[in-house]
Amino acid sequence: MHSIEVKNLRKEFGNFVAVNDISFNVNSGDIFGFLGANGAGKTTAIKMMCGILAPTSGDALVHGFSIAKDPSNVKLNIGYMSQRFSLYNDLSVVENINFFGGVYGLSGKDLEKRKDWVLEIANLKNEEKVLTGSLPGGIKQRLALGTAVIHKPKIVFLDEPTSGVDPLSRRAFWELIQNLSSEGVTVLVTTHYLEEAEYCNDIILMDAGEIIANGSSKVMKEKYLKNDILEIECSDVIAGLEILEKQNFVEETSIFGNNIHISINKNLKELNQINTLLKSSHNIDVIRVQKIVPTLEDVFIHLLEKRRNAK
Amino acid sequence: MLNRIIAISRKEVKQLLRDKRMMFVLFFFPVFLLIIFGYAVNFDVQNVRLAVQDNDHTETSRDLIKTISSSSYFQIVEYYDNDKRGKEILDEGIAKGLMIIPTDFEKNIFSAKEEVKVQILLDGVDGNSAAIIQNYSIAAITSFNKKLNKNASNKIGIKLEAPINLQSRFWFNPQLQTTIYMLPGLIALILIVTAVITVSLSLVREKERGTIEQINVSSLTIFELLLGKLFPYVIISYINAAIILLAGYILFGVVVMGSYWLLFVSTFLFLFASTAIGIFISVVSDSQQVAFTIATFASLLPATILSGFIFPIESMPVIIQWLTNVTPAKFFIIALRGIIIKGVGLSAFWDQWIYMFLFATFFMLISVVKYQQSLKKL
Ligand SMILES: Nc1ncnc2c1ncn2[C@@H]1O[C@H](COP(=O)(O)OP(=O)(O)O)[C@@H](O)[C@H]1O
Ligand SMILES: [Mg+2]
Repeated sequence: MHSIEVKNLRKEFGNFVAVNDISFNVNSGDIFGFLGANGAGKTTAIKMMCGILAPTSGDALVHGFSIAKDPSNVKLNIGYMSQRFSLYNDLSVVENINFFGGVYGLSGKDLEKRKDWVLEIANLKNEEKVLTGSLPGGIKQRLALGTAVIHKPKIVFLDEPTSGVDPLSRRAFWELIQNLSSEGVTVLVTTHYLEEAEYCNDIILMDAGEIIANGSSKVMKEKYLKNDILEIECSDVIAGLEILEKQNFVEETSIFGNNIHISINKNLKELNQINTLLKSSHNIDVIRVQKIVPTLEDVFIHLLEKRRNAK
Repeated sequence: MLNRIIAISRKEVKQLLRDKRMMFVLFFFPVFLLIIFGYAVNFDVQNVRLAVQDNDHTETSRDLIKTISSSSYFQIVEYYDNDKRGKEILDEGIAKGLMIIPTDFEKNIFSAKEEVKVQILLDGVDGNSAAIIQNYSIAAITSFNKKLNKNASNKIGIKLEAPINLQSRFWFNPQLQTTIYMLPGLIALILIVTAVITVSLSLVREKERGTIEQINVSSLTIFELLLGKLFPYVIISYINAAIILLAGYILFGVVVMGSYWLLFVSTFLFLFASTAIGIFISVVSDSQQVAFTIATFASLLPATILSGFIFPIESMPVIIQWLTNVTPAKFFIIALRGIIIKGVGLSAFWDQWIYMFLFATFFMLISVVKYQQSLKKL
């Protein structure tokens, strides 16, 4: 069963098309990744799916309810964590929890139970009275997630929950998301950290308001990457990149950390060719050349580059 | 539903207690305004210098002059007999005002054929005290009228119908107390300023910080949100009103003549109208800075200048009289003066209730429309 079905959803701001007729489905209980650079249209799409922004045209069914015709029923079944931190910095931890619990109609024992749960997942037991504004970023985000799902919604939308958070906290945050998903909650999450796509069951990649790729991470790798990828570690990354770009066996190049990634075609007979080329003609030491399993990031860079070139 | 409204009210109170600026607006403003208007205005205008041109020279005209000069508000500095000297007196600041008693003053009063007018010319440079002097003189003439009426019916057995032209509301403030006259305006001013500023800030703050999104996505209706937010401010406003009344009683001996029940409902309608302005401001502005500026401007100015608080509406040009409807303080002050000073019942000011209600409904409606438009753009 699909818990979200999006059909030709479109949003225009004046003449500018922020979301351009996108369609996709999200399976119940999945972690669904919404990827794309800043300005791709992720937030705009999410706000429409939450029923707080009216679409220009098209529709989406969220838990079976139309966002265009029945946004109030949509709201009853979802949780939402907006891109901006949206707890009250001038309230204490427990005051925030009480407030959002109250807004979602919880009271008495139910509220107490959920409060304990939120405090636990946010690692804030015994720190209930602390002002929310003084908490570290990672903890704030966990608290925000907890309050966003305090009413146990079937579907939760998380808009860049890990942006601006240190890598360790980010990993811990994804564990929370995975826990939610294993309890049957559908999670739609946006991120501009491409590597986080690996945590998702299903992914769409957006660029300039359009979906340019979708599928599971395995499907995407197979579907979009027909060429092998080599990782090259060498003494001069920039110069190396410049030379490699000009070779006829190279399809695409990118810098990946301190290394160069290239996708190659049949013109490359053996890996040693590269060592010889860089050493002999330009005196660059090649430390390592290795065929790698492509990451999703490779896929996305490949796709985005293809699109840019087409334009 | 009630749970959700309470959750919002509780949150609002907690935020309020931690917010220095809001506390300042709520508790410093009233005290500040009370002192400024209650004391400064009250004591500034005593022993106003007045010059008199008596063209009648009769017992009645001398009696009027005596009544005026015996009050502590006026001090007669000169008697003169031509317009040229009158102009000099004002120009040179010898007196603040002139009182001109027409010829045939006494005759016309007792024949009751013609309307009798006593002219008061005021040095209008200091508009504030001019308005107050005007009020004093009208009041003095009123009390003279009363005396006259009594005498006339005693002497010649006829009852005069308000022989000298005057404004009837001063019948109700015979001791010439300005404080009692100012108090309703003061209450209105303080309530509208605090309500408009705090309400507009409290909503815009949610927009500015992005917390409004989290609220929008819950199934909370805008109705519940507004109600939950307004509740604490309404309570605070009632407390403020009670404090001003109490201060009025302790400091100036003002007592409420009419029904507290009418006072309560009138205040409620007024708060409804004031908060509606606040809500409208918060819908159209994006930052607290902007909201604070608009709110201060939109509440303080009209409530001081256009409400009839200091300057009588009747003496304004017609266009300005129309403009006075931009502030609900105008309606509230009329109702309050009725209740506090005259002690009259609802029949005397029910129309003001309707105006306030319409005013509030109008602003609420355009706020909701604007708010819904803004959701589309977000
Ligand atoms: N209210 C708005 N009015 C005009 N343009 C907007 C508005 N909101 C977003 N946009 C534009 O729409 C595009 C997509 O924005 P957004 O959905 O926030 O992207 P993302 O979340 O992927 O970073 C951006 O170019 C942004 O400037
Ligand atoms: Mg975004």
